[in-house]
Amino acid sequence: MSKADTTDAETDNGVIQSVSGPVVTARDLNARMNDVVYVGDEGLMGEVIEIEGDLTTVQVYEETSGVGPGEPVENTGEPLSVDLGPGVLDAIYDGVQRPLDVLEGKMGSPYLDRGVDAPGIDLEEEWEFEPAVEAGDVVEPGDVVGVVEETVTIDHKVMVPPDYEGGEVVAAEAGSFTVTETVVELDNGEEVSMHQEWPVREARPANDKKTPRTPLVSGQRILDGLFPIAKGGTAAIPGPFGSGKTVTQHQLAKYADADIIVYVGCGERGNEMTEVIEDFPELEDPANGNPLMARTSLIANTSNMPVAARESCIYTGITIAEYYRDMGYDVALMADSTSRWAEAMREISSRLEEMPGEEGYPAYLAARLAQFYERAGYFENINGTEGSVSAIGAVSPPGGDFSEPVTQNTLRIVKTFWALDADLAERRHFPSINWNESYSLYKDQLDPWFEDEVADDWAERRQWAVDVLDEETELQEIVQLVGKDALPDDQQLTLEVARYLREAYLQQNAFHPVDTFCPPEKTYLMLTTIQTFNDEAFDALDAGVPVEEIVDIESAPRINRIGVQEDYEEYVEDLKAEITEELRSLY
Amino acid sequence: MKEYQTITEISGPLVYAEVDEAIGYDEIVEIETAQGETLRGQVLESSEDVVAIQVFEGTSGIDRDASVRFLGETMKMPVTEDLLGRVLDGSGRPIDDGPEIVPEERQDIVGAAINPYSREYPEEFIETGVSAIDGMNTLVRGQKLPIFSSSGQPHSELAMQIARQASVPEEEEGDDDEDGSEFAVIFGAMGITQEEANEFMEDFERTGALERSVVFMNLADDPAVERTVTPRMVLTTAEYLAFEKDYHVLVILTDMTNYCEALREIGAAREEVPGRRGYPGYMYTDLAQLYERAGRIKGRDGSVTQIPILTMPGDDDTHPIPDLTGYITEGQIYVDPDLNSQGLQPPINVLPSLSRLMDDGIGEGLTREDHADVKDQMFAAYAEGEDLRDLVNIVGREALSELDNKYLDFADAFESEFIDQGFETTRDIEETLSIGWDLLSMLPKDALNRIDEEFIEEHYREDDAEREVVEAAD
Ligand SMILES: Nc1ncnc2c1ncn2[C@@H]1O[C@H](COP(=O)(O)OP(=O)(O)OP(=O)(O)O)[C@@H](O)[C@H]1O
Ligand SMILES: [Mg+2]
Repeated sequence: MSKADTTDAETDNGVIQSVSGPVVTARDLNARMNDVVYVGDEGLMGEVIEIEGDLTTVQVYEETSGVGPGEPVENTGEPLSVDLGPGVLDAIYDGVQRPLDVLEGKMGSPYLDRGVDAPGIDLEEEWEFEPAVEAGDVVEPGDVVGVVEETVTIDHKVMVPPDYEGGEVVAAEAGSFTVTETVVELDNGEEVSMHQEWPVREARPANDKKTPRTPLVSGQRILDGLFPIAKGGTAAIPGPFGSGKTVTQHQLAKYADADIIVYVGCGERGNEMTEVIEDFPELEDPANGNPLMARTSLIANTSNMPVAARESCIYTGITIAEYYRDMGYDVALMADSTSRWAEAMREISSRLEEMPGEEGYPAYLAARLAQFYERAGYFENINGTEGSVSAIGAVSPPGGDFSEPVTQNTLRIVKTFWALDADLAERRHFPSINWNESYSLYKDQLDPWFEDEVADDWAERRQWAVDVLDEETELQEIVQLVGKDALPDDQQLTLEVARYLREAYLQQNAFHPVDTFCPPEKTYLMLTTIQTFNDEAFDALDAGVPVEEIVDIESAPRINRIGVQEDYEEYVEDLKAEITEELRSLY
Repeated sequence: MKEYQTITEISGPLVYAEVDEAIGYDEIVEIETAQGETLRGQVLESSEDVVAIQVFEGTSGIDRDASVRFLGETMKMPVTEDLLGRVLDGSGRPIDDGPEIVPEERQDIVGAAINPYSREYPEEFIETGVSAIDGMNTLVRGQKLPIFSSSGQPHSELAMQIARQASVPEEEEGDDDEDGSEFAVIFGAMGITQEEANEFMEDFERTGALERSVVFMNLADDPAVERTVTPRMVLTTAEYLAFEKDYHVLVILTDMTNYCEALREIGAAREEVPGRRGYPGYMYTDLAQLYERAGRIKGRDGSVTQIPILTMPGDDDTHPIPDLTGYITEGQIYVDPDLNSQGLQPPINVLPSLSRLMDDGIGEGLTREDHADVKDQMFAAYAEGEDLRDLVNIVGREALSELDNKYLDFADAFESEFIDQGFETTRDIEETLSIGWDLLSMLPKDALNRIDEEFIEEHYREDDAEREVVEAAD
């Protein structure tokens, strides 16, 4: 959205009547709901959020210090939209899709100044367009008319916008074009360029939503192994401060096997976004070795940036995600944190003096959350291709108490729940995902994929691990009362096996160069090694070997080092053999 | 400039006045009382004919006849390098009988947000000389790392120890920092007692730190509403010294709890819908606008590091003040009443403490290559020992395995040797890690599963005899 787009309708403009933080009311403004307006002498960007009689209420996406009554409000007559086209990847935006690198240049300062605008994609840059249609072809809305190499990793499919009618192609030429130039002309006069605009609060259309059956492989053992999310699935990561929400989101952004990553930093720390900006161009995409940034679009509306733009950043993100989905890509969107988004809604709502619902949140909180997650899914697109948007939202409950409205309303919608646990984080068990509380409702529909691609006993093995961990939880309660040594030998052995599951399998160090990414094959082999130890150890116990001797064998602790092995296959094979040999030598 | 005698309502810290011109949001206001006293305030809400004004010094003495002047600008802080060595009140006016301060610039105290694209990721180790911090929860330049404490705990001693020791290494080495930056401390007091303030001032004077410090004092008997301005004055000064004058600035803000109380007071006076426990719903955003002013900026040599101190009401970290703070800052250091009553100095509980910027700030070339592993292992071993303490109360030590007993010994030694170093002792990172290895060597090699085998070879002390030899050689 750029200022140049402003339709010059003098009569539609109004005058500021009052200012209270990010909320401004204007008189005589002729506007529709969600129209974008420019507020005050400095032309601060805002959006119409309430119309009552002669008064229009606007939420302003920039700081309003010094803005006063009597200043003008100018209507653009257009809803808040994003610019879509080549250049969205490898970009970093604020909550209303202003590119932060461009703003730095325009403002000539490291601080975010006011009243400066810039289009979401560079309107002057030229791209090499390769048509996929020729004169005479008939195209419909959504159809791909050509391809542009947007980054080393991603071919950008140029599509007929969904709100076009479509028709017969009269001209389509290869060549260098800017995004605003026409690349394909239709017989009904419609002109297709590489640039589309789409209102952020409206879902892009699709033909059909399907049951997702492919996992979004994350390279994180506890996720892939126990609580997998599907491509097109939804997940929530709630947890108190410092429990690992952001690290988990970053890990997914780095290693998930999606084609496109949209990362939304919503009301969180500036340095966390800086980390992504600095790291991602250097880090390799595990799929092809290209820079990670080549598949990534970042939206950074940090906690100190205007709260109204925090409210919109989630929509900006999901609209970008849908656009790449339409091209047939699997997109994963991370939103850190949806609680800050909900709080932005609450703040605006209270300035509007709306009737507060639970804990001061507006009554429409649940509906907004549902609408957002509904835009995720595995879709058949209007052009017939299949694409997906997976949505993974962090939740930051006050006091770490999951009974609060944002967590509860989110849990009603999402199908994967990764519950972070302060206790685990405190003892540096990372990722501190609580295996008793977390769940994935996709597990069963994803098992066939894991069984085909990794190992045909994938589901069985997982069940074994879950059972051992369950048993451990029960036994730990007894241990708390009487000590470990009071337990019978077989239960002591179970505790030892469970310890390996926790320390080797469930824990994964995001900062270790090898351990940080664990392909499903390795996840599987690690589990089978622990199970080998389990089976051999129980055999030894049955043969009369004392439990102290079994747990004391030299080779077993090496299970904890599988994670850091690069050549894990050989390591695991040797280790299994050694464990077996050592245990059998005891009887 | 127009003067109004149109006050219509006075309520708590707020004054409402009718106006017949456009007044900007956030604009500064002067109110002159009938007694001739001038009070300052700020526009909280502006509409065509009435404005709401928040008066910093409180509204006592104001009546309907008081006159109101709008200054046509938002609140500014006059900044200059000459502020170093000066003591100011909570609104930035000198109170130390020093010479007049001639500002080089006047800067808006509501700092604009740093563009995330313009930031530089903080990863330069700050040696505080405190093992519990350097070893386990490392602080880096440009970080915001609060101290979570409660009333009556020695958080001030800890903050002073950090401020004193953190500046030392570069000066010792003689050659200045490679970028030539100097160190400065900015101290912002909000609602602390005269006594606490004296402690800080005495320490500043005793160590000669005052000359590279700027002190802002809003004491317990100063106006509460002024507390909402003090940290913004402090941070504006910090940004100026860091990003325009290349200083590495350490900002200490104490006590953030008093700041939040002042926010709540204003919110209540405005009859806003309160959030959790009566604090304003926008407190997260408000606090973020302070804490996010820490950092580094590409192409600038200085840095702003923040150590805010807050006393948790009821020692409860789910209270909105610590909770929202923890969600914004890059970790936290817990001062623990139990450890304090055991006499540990500083009484830091490392388990719930955290430094999120640690991972990039330590390791080869920064601290030492084994640092991350040592830290991980010590956390795990101390947590294990802590757990066993509960159990041992029930079943006794004899019922525990040999290994469990070693964990218990480890936990005890960790507290007495690693944590309890005293407020006057400084340890360099080598010493901190060496004590770490002494302690870890109490455990069998096999149990050190978080440490790379190579480091175990190099540092593990095989037996007590060797341990002593190593200590003697140190
Ligand atoms: N998988 C992991 N491996 C190693 N360390 C981890 C891992 N996950 C989290 N941590 C540690 O925990 C710290 C806190 O994690 P993180 O910043 O993700 O918390 P958060 O839940 O996002 O907190 P907040 O709500 O305050 O943003 C990290 O800085 C890191 O030290
Ligand atoms: Mg986070």
